[in-house]
This record gives sequence, structure tokens and C-alpha cells, in this order.
Amino acid sequence: MSKKVISVEDLSKRYRLGLMGLGSLRHDVNRMWHRVRGKADPYAKIGEVNDRAQAGTSDYVWALRDVNFSVQKGEILGIIGKNGAGKSTLLKILSKITQPTGGSVKMKGRIASLLEVGTGFHPELTGRDNIYLNGTILGMSRREVGRKLEEIVEFAGVAKYIDTPVKRYSSGMIVRLGFAVAAHLDPEILIVDEVLAVGDAAFQKRAIGKMKDVTKEDGRTVLFVSHNMQSVRMLCNRAVLMHNGGIAFDGGVDETIHQYIAKVFRPNHTCFHPEKASAPGNNFIRLRRAELLHAEDQPLNVTMPFKFIFEFWNEISEGGINLSLSLFSVRGECVFKVNTPSRILQKGLITSTCMIPANLMNDGEYTIRLLFVKDTTQVLFAIEELLTFKVADAGRTGFWHGKWHGAVRPKLDFDLASTI
Amino acid sequence: MSLITVLQRKETHTVSQKDEKWDIEISSEKKLIDFKFKELWHYRDLLMLLVWRDYTHVYKQTILGPLWYLVQPIIMTLAFTVVFGNIAGISTDGIPQTLFYMAGITCWYYFADCLNKTATTFKDNQQIFGKVYFTRLIVPLSIVISNLIKFGVQFILFLCFLIWFSQTNDAVQPNLYILLFPLLVTLIGGLGLGFGLFITSLTVKYRDLIFLLQFGIQLAMYATPVVYPLSTVAPKYRWLIDINPMTPIVEAFRYAFTGSGIFSWYHLLYSFIFMCVVLATGMIIFNRTERNFMDTV
Repeated sequence: MSKKVISVEDLSKRYRLGLMGLGSLRHDVNRMWHRVRGKADPYAKIGEVNDRAQAGTSDYVWALRDVNFSVQKGEILGIIGKNGAGKSTLLKILSKITQPTGGSVKMKGRIASLLEVGTGFHPELTGRDNIYLNGTILGMSRREVGRKLEEIVEFAGVAKYIDTPVKRYSSGMIVRLGFAVAAHLDPEILIVDEVLAVGDAAFQKRAIGKMKDVTKEDGRTVLFVSHNMQSVRMLCNRAVLMHNGGIAFDGGVDETIHQYIAKVFRPNHTCFHPEKASAPGNNFIRLRRAELLHAEDQPLNVTMPFKFIFEFWNEISEGGINLSLSLFSVRGECVFKVNTPSRILQKGLITSTCMIPANLMNDGEYTIRLLFVKDTTQVLFAIEELLTFKVADAGRTGFWHGKWHGAVRPKLDFDLASTI
Repeated sequence: MSLITVLQRKETHTVSQKDEKWDIEISSEKKLIDFKFKELWHYRDLLMLLVWRDYTHVYKQTILGPLWYLVQPIIMTLAFTVVFGNIAGISTDGIPQTLFYMAGITCWYYFADCLNKTATTFKDNQQIFGKVYFTRLIVPLSIVISNLIKFGVQFILFLCFLIWFSQTNDAVQPNLYILLFPLLVTLIGGLGLGFGLFITSLTVKYRDLIFLLQFGIQLAMYATPVVYPLSTVAPKYRWLIDINPMTPIVEAFRYAFTGSGIFSWYHLLYSFIFMCVVLATGMIIFNRTERNFMDTV
């Protein structure tokens, strides 16, 4: 008894790039002039495929282009894809935050979308007051919230602090409370963006469990966007892969994740910006170069050491700066995070090197995130997916050649001998 | 290949036409008039909670709490009495200066507050608007209602002064036109909201207008009979004061409660029509902006 509850047809969304200014005024006036004369929008046709790697030539870009898919009742659909593939735009349109440029979406039943937990939480108000406020923002009536108040408080595990202002809550408590409200909305369709990325592991598990229960017991439908392939695999029974604003693949979860790795993953060992003005960064920091280096003659494998080199322009003169490097598997799990010590640096070009020893990485595909941090607390600039690379398996001794499990593959002192 | 996709597309179209019971349809269509009153009603609890949040927010961690609402009219009345009443010596149509200025200030600041706060709706609420959908109009409405509470408190203060002066001064003559009070308040709120919706929508893309607003409100006060009675305006400039939709409201308010001023049904009708027009166009342009404003902010 499958029933279609979401139908997306030819959905497109165009964004204008760059800053608002006289240029946009000119476009607006020109567009109006065309409309007055009964002609088509002169800017509707231009615009290119959404590919961040290439510098566009036009001022417009299609974040979504002719997206078609449908979701049956009770399905948990995972939406995966690189940063900038159009996932967030799709969610924003589905949650009515922004309007599409073309195409249509049709949905059945009540919809709750959770693009952020605790939207509209007011720090001065108590937990209880915020539950009411957040619940009504998400579309519940006050009576409904009242009926579910106990359940929500219990699920979030904040019973003790329910009459304390939220500003005294830990960030984990706020996330739990926010999710608890949304999970008790009773929508027929629930749209969830990576909110689970925050919160501790135990809570993530409970949240995923809750979403599963909802779909099983009541036949609700969930759309789930995530970078974390692990949670997509745990939760979803179907997945679509988004790439450059379109749907690149639609099918079973494992198959889609496989496609994601095969299609989307491109090793990228260097990133170089010789011009300071156009280099990624801001007024504090501009990145000149990021590079992965290893012995040149063969592809990187698990037995080879390698190093990351970063070069950046430092523009601030006071306060300590440190770099923080997080290495993620392509499935989204963080393998490790390392920090440089915090140092007071001179203005100008700075170089930083991170050595990765041989026999540490497992084979697989990885990506790194780099943070520039001031005084060990304030993030000055962050770059996701700065470099991506693949570590190949090396020849093994013995006869077993299956997948080697584990986040890392360290070579440890592990021996055996007969005890006489 | 392309033929197949065309066929598939046709199929999906016919399927979607067959079961037509979709609850929500999102498309790129832009309806000119789409006020969503049903949705507004659905979010009425949110409206009340937002009002209550604004209200509690104001007096959290203050000693005087809502009494702070009284400070503004008292100080302004004092200042106007000294500057315009005594130094400049502008007539107050024979009624006590305190009462005269306070009547004008109470009305004018309700309008100015509504306009000022609603004019930054999109800017102040980007965070929430970018993450969750609800009828956006709820937010400016809640501002108008919060300000109504403030106005209520200030109005009670005005009533206290009125009772005192009507006992001691024969020139003060409250009359039956007091019954128009709810209409006058609606007119002020409606005008403030209408202009505010207009400005907040226009400032989404081009922020220049925001700079003009503060300045503009100050100037507009002098084009409204707040610090002078309408009767003293020179005929040469009368038209300028008359086209201001706030003029008949302030005059009517003063006439009803103190018996001085110029009351004219004709001018009040003008204010009413003005409010309807400004509110309707404000809502139309606000609704249009709301659909895509997240892309431009």
C-alpha cells in the first residue's frame, strides 16, 4: 500500500551571485523594463551548472536544476552529496523558506522541518517557556504543547532545569531540548537537516531511534540530509545523491553511498592561490597554499608517511593563532583532529606542516577540514573539504585480502610467543 | 533517451492530476493577493507568545519593570512644556500644556514605535526566518500588539492627568467622541504597521531607506499637530499638515478627551482610507518579499 506523499517535479532554483549594489539595481530595472514590454526575463536563461570548483562567468547560478523525485508514505529518504550540491536549497524550498524559480512540489499532510534545533529559543526565558515558544513556531498550538510537555521534558532529560533560563543550559541540553520539541510535533512529514551532527553520541542514537519509531509506528515520512554516511545508513531505507544541483543517483542506501564515493569523490592534493586578494579567507587570514606531499613515484598507500603543508597570510598582529586540522573519512566520520600550539605570529606569510607517520591511516578516501583559531577559542576562518585524498591498501603478508576494519590502521607492537 | 524522459514526465503529470488531494503545493507562481488569513489564525498562539515574550523581555532584570513605559511620555511632556510651551510660547488652544502635549505624545509614539520596530522585521528575524516557516506577518503583528500594551500603560497615565485636570480646569471638556477611541487606536496601529511592512520589504534589497527612517519619523512628528494645535497652522502650510493621515487622528483624539482641537469626519475618513490603502499595499509587498528574501539577505 504505497502512497505518494511528496512529489517534486522539475524543481529549479536560481541564485544571483555577488553583492547587492548598483549592478543589481540595473538588473532589476532592466527586468522590469522587459516585463513592461511583455518580454521574457532577460536573465532567466543565463546561469550555469552549480559547480563550485569552476569560477563562473555569469552572475547567476542554478543551485537546483530540474530535480524530480517522489517519496512514498513511511519512507525515510536520505539526501547526500557534497557541500554545495544543492541539498540545503532543496530543503529550504521544501520547508517553504524560499520559493523555487521553476517547477513544483506537492506534499500531503502536516510538515515539520528541522533545519536547526531550538529555532527562536530565547536565552532569558525558562526551558518551559521556550518549549511553548519553539513548539508554536513549529506550528503547534499551545494546548498541543501543553499535552506533550511532560513527554518532551522527559525525552530531553532536562526535568531538573525546566524552570531555569535557557542561557544557563549547556549547549548539549539546548540541542536535546530543541530536538525533543520537534520530535513531538507529530508531523506526517519530517524534514531533518544535519541537526544530529551536534549532541553527544548517546543522544544521536536516541534521536535516530525516535525517528525510526515515528516512521514505523505511524507511517510517517522522513527526509534526512546528512554528511554522515553512517547515520544515513542506520536510519534510511532509500537515498538520493545530489550533485551539481541535480539528482545523480536514486536508489538503495548502500548503492547510493557507493555512487557518492565513486562519482563525487575526486582526489585533490593541492590548492594554490597566488593572488592574496582572491585567496580564500577574510580580513584576518588568507590561505595561499594547501598541499599533500608524499614520495612521488607511487600512489599514496597505508605504509607511506605523508605531510600536509599550509601557507597563509596572517593579517592580525595580536593574540595567539593556532591551526586545527580534522581528518574525515568520506563517510563523514572524524578520524582524528590535531592542533598546532597557539603562537603569536607576525603579519605576513606563515607556513605550517603536519607530518602523518607511516602505518597510521587505514585505506580509504579522506577529506580534511582546516580551522584557523584565535586564542584557542575563536574560529577566524574554517575551510571544509580543503583537500581530498585516497590512501590505497598496501601489499599484505598472508592470504587474507578483505577490507581491513577500523578508523585507523596503526602498526603496534603486538607479538606472540609460546609460554614454555 | 530524451523521448523517454519526456514520456516519464508526462506520466508523472497525469499521476499527479489523478489524485488531486495535495495539502501543500509549492511553485514559482506569484499570486499578487494572497493574505493567508487562515494561516494567520492557525498561528494565533504563536502571536500571543511573541507578544508575551517581548513584554517579559522588556522588564527582565530591571527594578521598575513596566513602569519604564511611563518614563518616555513624562520626560517628553516635560521637555515639550519647557521648550515649545514656555520658551517658544506656542499656543495650546487654552488647555493645560501638560495635557495637550501628553495627548499628542501618547498617540504619536504609538505610531512611531509601531513603524520603527516593524520596519526592521526582516533584518531582525533573519535567523528565525531562515530556519523555519510560519506566516511571517505574525511577527510585525506581534510588534503592533506589544506596543499596544505599552500604549495602554501610557494611556492610563494620560487618563490620570485628564481626570486631575478636568476637575480643576474648566477648559478641559471630555465628550462623547471618546467612543471613537478604539477606532483611533486601530487607525494609528494600522498606519504604523502598513508603513512598516512597506519599508521592511523595500529595505531587504536596498538598505538605504533604513537610514532615512529615523530621521523621517522625527520630521514627520513636526508635520503632525503634536507640539502645536492645528488651529494655529498658517493657511499657507495647512495643506501640508492635512495630507498627513496622522493629523486628523491626533486632532480627533485631543478633541474627544479634552474638548479642544478640530474634529472633522471628512478628514477622519481620509485617514481611514489612507490606512486601508497603505495596509493593503504593505501586506501585498510584504508577502511578495517574504517568499524570496532569504536569497538576498
